[in-house]
Amino acid sequence: MAGSPNYTDYHPRWLRRRVSTYWWLGSWSYFAFVLREASCIFVAWFVVYLLLLVRAVLQGEANYQQFMSWSATPAIFWLNVVSFLFLVYHAYSFFDAAPRAMVVHIGKTRVPASWVAGGHYAAWVVASAVIFWVLLRA
Amino acid sequence: MLFSAGGVMSGMLMPALLFLFGIAFPLGWLAAPTHERMAVVLANPIAALTLFALCALSLFHWAHRFRHTLYDGLQIKHLEEVIATICYGGAIVGSAMAAYLLWQFV
Repeated sequence: MAGSPNYTDYHPRWLRRRVSTYWWLGSWSYFAFVLREASCIFVAWFVVYLLLLVRAVLQGEANYQQFMSWSATPAIFWLNVVSFLFLVYHAYSFFDAAPRAMVVHIGKTRVPASWVAGGHYAAWVVASAVIFWVLLRA
Repeated sequence: MLFSAGGVMSGMLMPALLFLFGIAFPLGWLAAPTHERMAVVLANPIAALTLFALCALSLFHWAHRFRHTLYDGLQIKHLEEVIATICYGGAIVGSAMAAYLLWQFV
């Protein structure tokens, strides 16, 4: 298209249909998309939870034990179970999308998508192992 | 970039941490670390820095994603400035709190 259109007062209005607020209930793929995006809320919740944990450790043994008992209360426990499921879904969907966002080349050859995704999953396993080792050894 | 870094960090580190602190320790499946052990772990600069990066980046990941979900999901673009302020402002406040708390250990 050469040049930019010179709109005049008589140019017709764009056809912009109003989208319903509940468009995402229209199909399973839309719903899955919104679920995936909503997983970020649980990421933020876990940050808050971690900071509360750090604060409890800072305040001493009694507060730390109190925090651990609080985490065992049904409301917080089930919130964390739901958060865990969403977090795993977030990790899985993010690592699956990674090959599309990260296009890696070695010399002239493009690294296959499965390697990029596989690399992410491998790093996930290693990072989890390190966390388990740091926190679980006596 | 902040968004993707936050997504990768939270994806890699959070599941294991949440499994331990949210599920395994409260249920007693695994022995929770003692208070002394936690203080020692948090005093380690690498651990503290990793935790800070995890918190800050995850908050920015949340801020950006939540803002766009509100726009696209609920079609409320007209509240643009308010939402952006709350999201990114919240992320900045949260990161500052994380830095403050973790600094106490080091």
